[in-house]
Amino acid sequence: MVLKPRREVGFVGYGAYVPRYRLPNAEVARVWMQGQGSTPIKEKSVAGLDEDVVTMSVEAARNALSRAGPVDPNQIRAVWVGSESHPYAVKPTSTIVAEAIGATPYTQAADWEFACKAGTEAIQAAIGFVGSGMARYALAIGSDVAQARPADALEYTASAGSAAYLVGPAREALATFEGSLSYATDIPDFWRRAYQRYPSHGGRFTGQPAYFTHIVEAVRSLMECLGTEPPDYRYAVFHQPNVKFPISVAKQLGFTVEQVQSGLLVNEIGNTYAASSPLGLTAVLDIAEPGDRVLLASYGSGAGSDALSIRVTDAILERQRLAPRTRDYVTRRREVDYAIYARYSNKLVR
Amino acid sequence: MREVAVIGVGQTEVGEHWGVSLRHLALEAVQAAMADAGVVRADALYVGNMLSGELEGQEHLGALVADFAGLRGVEAFKIEAACGSGAAAVRMGYVAVAGGLADLVIVVGVEKMTDTLGPDTTAALAMAADADYEAAHGASFVTLNALVMRRYMHQYGYGHQDFAPFAVNAHQNALANPYAMFRFPVSSEKFRRARMISDPINLLDSSPICDGAAAVVLAPLGETRHQSMATVGIAASAVGTDTLAVHDRNDPLVLAGAELSSQRAYNAAGVRPADIDLFELHDAFTIMAALSLEAAGFADRGRGLALAADGEIGIEGRIPVTTMGGLKARGHPVGATGVYQIVEVVQQLRGLAGENQVPNARVGMAQNIGGSGATVITHILERI
Amino acid sequence: MNSVPRNWRLRQQRYRLVGEICESCGVRIFPPRDVCPECETMEQKEVAFSGRGEVYSYSTVYHPPRGFEEFAPYTVALVRLEEGPLVTAQLTDLDSEQVKIGMSVEMVTRRMQSGGEEGPIVYGYKFRPAIQPAAA
Repeated sequence: MVLKPRREVGFVGYGAYVPRYRLPNAEVARVWMQGQGSTPIKEKSVAGLDEDVVTMSVEAARNALSRAGPVDPNQIRAVWVGSESHPYAVKPTSTIVAEAIGATPYTQAADWEFACKAGTEAIQAAIGFVGSGMARYALAIGSDVAQARPADALEYTASAGSAAYLVGPAREALATFEGSLSYATDIPDFWRRAYQRYPSHGGRFTGQPAYFTHIVEAVRSLMECLGTEPPDYRYAVFHQPNVKFPISVAKQLGFTVEQVQSGLLVNEIGNTYAASSPLGLTAVLDIAEPGDRVLLASYGSGAGSDALSIRVTDAILERQRLAPRTRDYVTRRREVDYAIYARYSNKLVR
Repeated sequence: MREVAVIGVGQTEVGEHWGVSLRHLALEAVQAAMADAGVVRADALYVGNMLSGELEGQEHLGALVADFAGLRGVEAFKIEAACGSGAAAVRMGYVAVAGGLADLVIVVGVEKMTDTLGPDTTAALAMAADADYEAAHGASFVTLNALVMRRYMHQYGYGHQDFAPFAVNAHQNALANPYAMFRFPVSSEKFRRARMISDPINLLDSSPICDGAAAVVLAPLGETRHQSMATVGIAASAVGTDTLAVHDRNDPLVLAGAELSSQRAYNAAGVRPADIDLFELHDAFTIMAALSLEAAGFADRGRGLALAADGEIGIEGRIPVTTMGGLKARGHPVGATGVYQIVEVVQQLRGLAGENQVPNARVGMAQNIGGSGATVITHILERI
Repeated sequence: MNSVPRNWRLRQQRYRLVGEICESCGVRIFPPRDVCPECETMEQKEVAFSGRGEVYSYSTVYHPPRGFEEFAPYTVALVRLEEGPLVTAQLTDLDSEQVKIGMSVEMVTRRMQSGGEEGPIVYGYKFRPAIQPAAA
């Protein structure tokens, strides 16, 4: 069940990006609930007028390359961008990103889609690509500008962000890859049909049979295969559609709140979809120390979970400061009201 | 080379001519100039125009205007150098007559800018800038001038209000010009409160979007002497160029093209700045007036504003500028402006500028600028 | 001008600030122009600029040209790159009242034009205040 390549590989670089605008949940509640009712998080990130999955991916990718040391972008044989909000329906995001970071033309550019786990599946594929010896480096990015129907529960959390991982040989890595496992079944908990602006979802059905079952099964099976236990991990990062779910799933699996706290960004930036757990991991890597073990589990509706186990190397210490840290973006904050949010997220008809 | 005289001038009122098309504006100016010169034919017609293709869907103005002005069959071309198109056409007329290739040339500058909506006109004017590296970044033409103005203020320590004298003077001079678009005064206080366009440039720093046409008739000096009026000769016609993009300039606060153009004109005419009795400068924006005064040698760098503040740019001042309202208040129908300037200098040198007459005007200079300083055409005219 | 081939042709400049170094006199050139403006030779080598620079001047556009209406008001600046050249570009991720001449900025890749609902999206360089490290 476990997915592990023959060659030792790891993350050679990583990079985060979060836009600077924030919409407080209280603003959403003011507009749709007269300020009443509980709100799932404090505030969410909002992409600016000139931002989209391409621009956010480019910045996260540049940060990943800044941390990769002397890697020539021409040696990156894959640039893969996972998202459910690619700016074009037809026309790859990945070629634009590849061109912008100087990885063209000898590179395998492709876009991935699997709701909120499009980023981790790109990471897994990159691990396979490098682990097989087909490529020295492969770049995997999870990125979204998530759209939510006005007044829908998702409007409180659907946000924007991006995280990029450069996968390469273990000897150059700041964290080596120990193994991964994917768990997928057919479950229509959340979807968006072609030509529709906003997704639909199954309400509470998205919880127990969907999010919880898939993450729990993926993580349990992975730890079984690797012979690890929750206490072996300094940090654990779970997909974070709200504050409650990741903490609850952590407890179910035997992790403590302390283990998930460092990678839990949702209260401050919302659910960045394909970037959600990957951004949690960049926040952890920003503060990790050599020898730390980290567990990552994504969740994508539809549904599946990718679980990965990594171990941080000595190289982490010199790489952390080579690009802005996740926290630098999270604290770069400009609050907007619902009207500006509506303008920025293209909800006003002109 | 033969010496060249301006033997006739004509102009339309500058404004929003909703009922008049481009070809009829041109016709009106051409006929006025021909009547003034007392001629009924010409060897060539040069049309200065910038935006007819973009705003009117009409190029090929040479033949069109020739036909509609009753000059069918004559040699005719459109000449384009952005906002400097008018003077560029005058320059070509001058070249033709001075070189002996034509004995009677009509030059008309014409622009029709009000048939399109604001954002389209704004985008069209930005064609004077570098399309790939300025306009593509959302820089309007106003913005490019605003960038220069902000830096000028920063570098020399001026406030926005220090630019007011240029607008106040232009509006004052437009009052008595029946062809001017804005025949009302503007106070320094009104200047301060004007609506922002692209900061620090506000509405009263800026010349207006408008329609208009102006024409001159050129002939060899001495051969076609006007019976009733003083003869005005072209003592110099000179061009200087600079980079199209502001960011490519060695110093964005220096109009190097205008320095070249002015020097060449002074040398050709054998005069110095002190000999110039009035200066029709290119005040598309107040900052351009300041930079023009500096480039033409009337003020040191960073001191163009001081000249205006000291009242030296008024009709009775040391160097009167925009004596009929300038681009700011007479109006700036872009491709026509350079010809309006020549018409106005001729009015002054003939002594027919009415209330705006510069006393004892003998030598007048007109400087027309294409883009934010890339093409600069200077003419020095002299009463014979 | 949202022309597909034209924007495509400029992608190296737009995405990565690829300019030139004159191998004859050493001057740094952006945008690339093949003939050196200093020494008039044609011995140019392509080089991607760092994207770091400072604001030389700026202006906020309230009346945008056609094609830029959705972004207005926006700020256009002349940015002095650390390699020397001045570049005209928009500033982003800032409120206009924050801008100062001399402010440090860094290049980011953003949407320059959105292409409406159906057209091609134009991406290219803008500059923003350099990211500040968060307080520990």
